[in-house]
Amino acid sequence: MDWISPRRLNRLGMLNMNRRNVDYIARYNERSSYPLVDNKLKTKLAVAEYGVTTPRLLQVVRQQHEISRFREMAEGLGGFAIKPAKGSGGKGITVITGRDDDYYVKASGSRIAAPDLERHLTNILAGLYSLAGSPDVAIVESLVESAPSLAKFSYQGVPDIRIVVFQGYPVMAMLRLATKDSDGKANLHQGAVGVGLDIGTGRSLNAVQFNRPITLHPDTGLALENIDIEAWEDMLEMAARCYEATGLGYMGVDLVVDANEGPLLLELNARPGLAIQMANGRGLLPRLRNIESLKRPHFTPRERANYAMDAFGAL
Amino acid sequence: MKPRSRLPFYVAVFLLIAAGISLAVWRHIELGIPWLTGEQRPVWMLEARVDFDANDSAVQASLNVPDQPPGFRILSEQAASPGYGFSIIEKSGNRTAEWTKREVSGPQTLYFKAQFIPDETALGRKPAQEPKASNVFWEEPQATAVREILTQAKARSSTPESMTRELIRLMQPDTRTQNTTLLVAEENYLDLLVDMLNHSGIPARTADGLKLEDARRRQSLMPFLQIYNGQQWLTFDPSNAEQGVPESLLLWRQGSASLLDVVGGDNSEVSFSMLRQTVPALQLATMQVESNGLGFLSFYALPIEEQSMFRMLLLLPLGALVVAFMRIVIGIRTSGTFMPVLIAVAFVQTTLIPGLIAFLSVVSIGLMMRGYLSSLNLLLVSRISALIILVIFITAGLSIIGYQMGFNTGMTITFFPMVIIAWTIERMSILWEEEGAHEVAIQGAGSLFVAICAYLLMSTPLAGHLTFNFPELHFAVLGLILLMGQYTGYKLTELKRFTPMRVYD
Repeated sequence: MDWISPRRLNRLGMLNMNRRNVDYIARYNERSSYPLVDNKLKTKLAVAEYGVTTPRLLQVVRQQHEISRFREMAEGLGGFAIKPAKGSGGKGITVITGRDDDYYVKASGSRIAAPDLERHLTNILAGLYSLAGSPDVAIVESLVESAPSLAKFSYQGVPDIRIVVFQGYPVMAMLRLATKDSDGKANLHQGAVGVGLDIGTGRSLNAVQFNRPITLHPDTGLALENIDIEAWEDMLEMAARCYEATGLGYMGVDLVVDANEGPLLLELNARPGLAIQMANGRGLLPRLRNIESLKRPHFTPRERANYAMDAFGAL
Repeated sequence: MKPRSRLPFYVAVFLLIAAGISLAVWRHIELGIPWLTGEQRPVWMLEARVDFDANDSAVQASLNVPDQPPGFRILSEQAASPGYGFSIIEKSGNRTAEWTKREVSGPQTLYFKAQFIPDETALGRKPAQEPKASNVFWEEPQATAVREILTQAKARSSTPESMTRELIRLMQPDTRTQNTTLLVAEENYLDLLVDMLNHSGIPARTADGLKLEDARRRQSLMPFLQIYNGQQWLTFDPSNAEQGVPESLLLWRQGSASLLDVVGGDNSEVSFSMLRQTVPALQLATMQVESNGLGFLSFYALPIEEQSMFRMLLLLPLGALVVAFMRIVIGIRTSGTFMPVLIAVAFVQTTLIPGLIAFLSVVSIGLMMRGYLSSLNLLLVSRISALIILVIFITAGLSIIGYQMGFNTGMTITFFPMVIIAWTIERMSILWEEEGAHEVAIQGAGSLFVAICAYLLMSTPLAGHLTFNFPELHFAVLGLILLMGQYTGYKLTELKRFTPMRVYD
């Protein structure tokens, strides 16, 4: 069995679960802000006022009788995504990429009939995918077309960028690439690849899958060393803005890069995981303490993003 | 946001733990509740047997019974005497057992039994009012002899105690002078001593003691001399002037009252038998609870039914402590936060192996059935409700099959909390769909492992003993759990999880 001593972990500044819960989430995240991030619809509306763009909202299905209107709207559309507002971990998300006669074509290529899609909506409304089983609403969003420069690294699924934002400062970032193991999802514990990104430049640092370092994507076989995220500064600024929108002191911001619209906010997470440190090969603690020790915080998201790029770049 | 100072928190936790432990220690000392189970304490069972011949009339027999003899505590008293009315009467510092009956004839036997616990710290009862030396009138020539002897004893002594010792020594046969031979005869020796001491201004009286030896019958009382030195009654052996109550001597009668009075009977006599018993210390403590001011803190005052409920309930904090430790410090993942505690409670009632088999079979059958329910696309509430009913059916089915096959363990699985099992099945099945069988295996095994750890702790006799008899120890458990809530260090499993970080060090 391989172990790492607590002393070495301390030296690396690794944030652990207990400290994250006690010293950061419990201290910096107001309980009242949680519904804002646990509900995708509320997130969308809240961040819109702060200039954070999200995938275009096509329709909100709140009541059973509204489902008939969904069919009318869907008639004229090529692709769209149906999401439960309170879903978690990607559960209940159906991505439709096109039409085939009367059938809708899913991202995986399989076909689904309109009545089945409507039944799926009914299930979402009944709360089948919301964690506590509470009634939910379904949101229909326009399809994200991942920028090809990033999409090629991912096996199916849209690659997203997770940025940990602490008190409005982006402190650490990683690119998450879906794999065959993760079933097209970008969840690290399901087997997605995490690629650490240099906060200063948006270039890739290290990559991990299942907590083990890798250099090539296991399915696409592409090297993960020289990924460069475009418009990095804008992305950091966008992530920083989410702080004003939600008031959450410690959160994970999930962004995607759309081919046409640029960076879009996918969702926010009030309890971001710790694996980002392994993808970066660096601990979060020194950066969090750096922000905590700031005597005069910066006021605009831009300034905060710039400070982070200077302070944490190429560390 | 400024981090709040944690000092008050730690002080509070410290106080909580200290309060719990010191309260337990205090009750251990005061009530004698033992720390360990199975501790034994000696108890002397004494039986006084009163025999007399009744002469066809109403009978009233009074036996002087002990009232807080020094070195002992009375545990229980009871009388056995068919057809007699019985009561214990207390007046002016004397306790008498009184038997009464209207018409009696022929030889009669009455019994009085009492249990005594040796207790070094128990002192004789203080007299309610200061005893006074009584005046004794002597006729000549005794008066002169007494005066002579007392003067002699007084000259050689300084305190009432030494005076008594000197006096006894002077009255011994080998030192007897003419004066003493004049006074002393075998029958009146002790009474004479008492009279002489009273005459010299020292309050004195006789007492009767019983030498305690295991399994002795037909024992009689031995006479002792007691004097009052201004603070307490002191006991002397009148034959050798030895001061103090010898070990294994129980003073049955102290004071002036007579030992046995029988009205309406002849040839009365009293004899004693004794037996040394060992009684679990815990039983002893609970028997004394009512008499002690600290008794209100104990569960023994509750009805038996509630007691057995609390016995179980008070084990729960230990289970919670194990779960908190396993999750916070070790980092074992469980399905549902406190499910392991509830499984452990069920194990305590079913014992481990049958409980484990029953639990695993119920959950796995339930998981298969849940697979079907899942294809029905039911709403959550009705899905769980259906699952609860299924779980009850499965349990009932397993119980019946088990019974038919001759295992009574089939019956015990009904102790499992049905709703909790239904929720467990639901959770695991959702987990299966979302994260795959691997995660189900990890969390399921984690839950069972933690449940077994909690069971092993909760099922030790010592744990049950301490939690029930020292409920205040739960303050300490609470303090530990609060402390763990502040633990921000690495979990043990994180040392494994973060191992790849070694390359960056």
